[in-house]
Amino acid sequence: MGSGHREPFENPVVEWIDSRMPIFTLLNKEYGVFPVPRNFNYFWNFGAIAGFMLVVMIATGLFLAMHYTADTDLAFDSVERIMRDVNGGWLIRYIHMNGASFFFIAVYIHIFRGMYYGSYKKPRELLWILGSLIFLLMMATAFLGYVLPWGQMSLWGATVITGFFTAIPFVGEDLQTLLLGGFAVDNPTLTRFFALHFLLPFVIFAVVFLHVWALHVSGSNNPLGIEPKGPQDTLPFHPYYTMKDSFGLLVFIIIYCVFIFFMPDALGHPDNYIKADPLVTPAHIVPEWYFLPFYAILRAITFNMNLYFLAGFAILAVLLVEFVWRKKPVYIPSASAGIALLAVGGLLALIGFTGDSCARIDAAWLEANAGFKGLCGALQGLPFMSAETAPVSAKLGGVLAMFGSVALLFVLPWLDTHPVRSARYRPLYRVCFLLLVVIFLILGYVGSQPADAAIAGIPLILVGLAGTGYYYAYFLLILPLLGRFEKAKPLPESIHEAVLGKQIKAETKI
Amino acid sequence: MSAHTQSDHDKDGETRRDFMALVAGAFGAVGAAIAAWPLINSLNPAKDTLALATIEVELSEIPVGTAKTVMWRGKPVFIRHRTPEQIEAARSVATQSLIDKEADEQRVKKPEWLVTVGVCTHLGCVPAGQKESDNHGDFGGWFCPCHGSHYDTSGRIRKGPAPKNLAVPPYEFLSDTKIKIG
Repeated sequence: MGSGHREPFENPVVEWIDSRMPIFTLLNKEYGVFPVPRNFNYFWNFGAIAGFMLVVMIATGLFLAMHYTADTDLAFDSVERIMRDVNGGWLIRYIHMNGASFFFIAVYIHIFRGMYYGSYKKPRELLWILGSLIFLLMMATAFLGYVLPWGQMSLWGATVITGFFTAIPFVGEDLQTLLLGGFAVDNPTLTRFFALHFLLPFVIFAVVFLHVWALHVSGSNNPLGIEPKGPQDTLPFHPYYTMKDSFGLLVFIIIYCVFIFFMPDALGHPDNYIKADPLVTPAHIVPEWYFLPFYAILRAITFNMNLYFLAGFAILAVLLVEFVWRKKPVYIPSASAGIALLAVGGLLALIGFTGDSCARIDAAWLEANAGFKGLCGALQGLPFMSAETAPVSAKLGGVLAMFGSVALLFVLPWLDTHPVRSARYRPLYRVCFLLLVVIFLILGYVGSQPADAAIAGIPLILVGLAGTGYYYAYFLLILPLLGRFEKAKPLPESIHEAVLGKQIKAETKI
Repeated sequence: MSAHTQSDHDKDGETRRDFMALVAGAFGAVGAAIAAWPLINSLNPAKDTLALATIEVELSEIPVGTAKTVMWRGKPVFIRHRTPEQIEAARSVATQSLIDKEADEQRVKKPEWLVTVGVCTHLGCVPAGQKESDNHGDFGGWFCPCHGSHYDTSGRIRKGPAPKNLAVPPYEFLSDTKIKIG
């Protein structure tokens, strides 16, 4: 830093500082003349918007912390005092509360853009992983923050989420006790959650710094997904993109303000204005909207994974690696052996699934359907079919599926092996990805509904299971397949040619 | 490194310095772990939280067919005065057909009194079913509203994602109408 060549500044104060610590040179290099592809669309605003939201959250959070009391007897009332008595407290709290939602809106759009235009591909893998890490940290921070007002949803949301840890074999219960500082969510839990909720945003800030650093090494992707080849393909960051980001940010803030001032509780849950009561579980516990799709995945696994199911699953996984991920199978000699294994694996998984499901089928229904009764009787007679001998219980399965769905984001750069980045030139990828987005939204709806809800006779749990299936298939099966077989449309020669194509042709005619 | 004499090197080209660096690194790692332990252990339940509270409950206040909820160690405990029909319903089921195979006889000290920890074994919600007007689920016991686990009149899991029956806390009868939990 600073040992390189430095242009002197005209302003003597700036020059005095810069000659001792070249911070203005650095800022000018990274945010002034920094070359950025000239063809950004408005999707490229959301990184800057997310950064703005982080600053808003830290600023409002600091002032809320000055009035908040982390104690189960006082927390709820201290939040009410902020709302009623603290000067402008209601405004600061509504900015913070809705800020969480709008931070997630910005980040979800940012992630969507990264996936649609293939921004995670080489050389931006590390940039993407750091972004995924920020998303994970945001989820943790948002969860911790939601506990602090100590309303009914705070307490019961925390109870359900920390209950995940009890699914871990052998050490789960002890781990949960360690996390809670007791045997139930109580005062020790609240105080440590407050401390961590204060700390984590600064960790996020540090990772954002690394994220931006990595971005400034590789440079930005763009809607065409091709690298800029020279100055004719780029614009200086200032004033072109400072201006475009500012405009997008203003529009975003206007919508944000509509929520803050006109519908501040629209995204929250009324039960959280009831003080936490460890004896009364709300009839319908739902997490905040931004967790709903993942919550649906958690609830989708209602079956125990017994040895039959896991054996079948393992065989199918080997087939996936051999025939889809690898160009040529290494361990399986022929295609016919593969088909035989596919049949065996599928059958084993089906036997395991059906056998386990039989334990949960309504007895009266089973009496009325003699065929199923015989099948269930036979399957349940098999050894290792019962729930106790299942290595992965339904509870553990749900927790693994949920954390796995976030973990897949981290390895996305290696699952999508297609050399072309932008969905504009990948017709099949585009359809599959947009379908994923739709299914993600449907999963969100499923997550918002009670556990036993149904639409037109179809239990939503099944919709959730199908959606979870597509989510996993998209990452593990569809992306590798498309990487091998999808034929991309021809890419433009360069960014400026694609943007100014007609003009260039017109000029050459003259 | 140029200062190394020939005797610093053994046959594989490794030096005493490599060894000392490894040992120093290992000691540093162990030291850091030992230093971190008190911090992590401070997160475990404090002594006042651990103090095993025992509570006594007067049963004569609970008429047949109703239930009472008491707090024990920060968790609700369900005490249900079961009707003969409920006892019959709990005992007529084949134990082998259950998800968590426990006979009703193993779960109670006196057939009419069922005492369980009122925390769903799935993710820790409090199941509904203590009040007459509550949803009792498909098996007449409790229904967990969070993720749809159904418990029967013995507090056993019958349907839904919960892996285990409602836990039975340690308790004893002090007299015919009084129990001590804990």
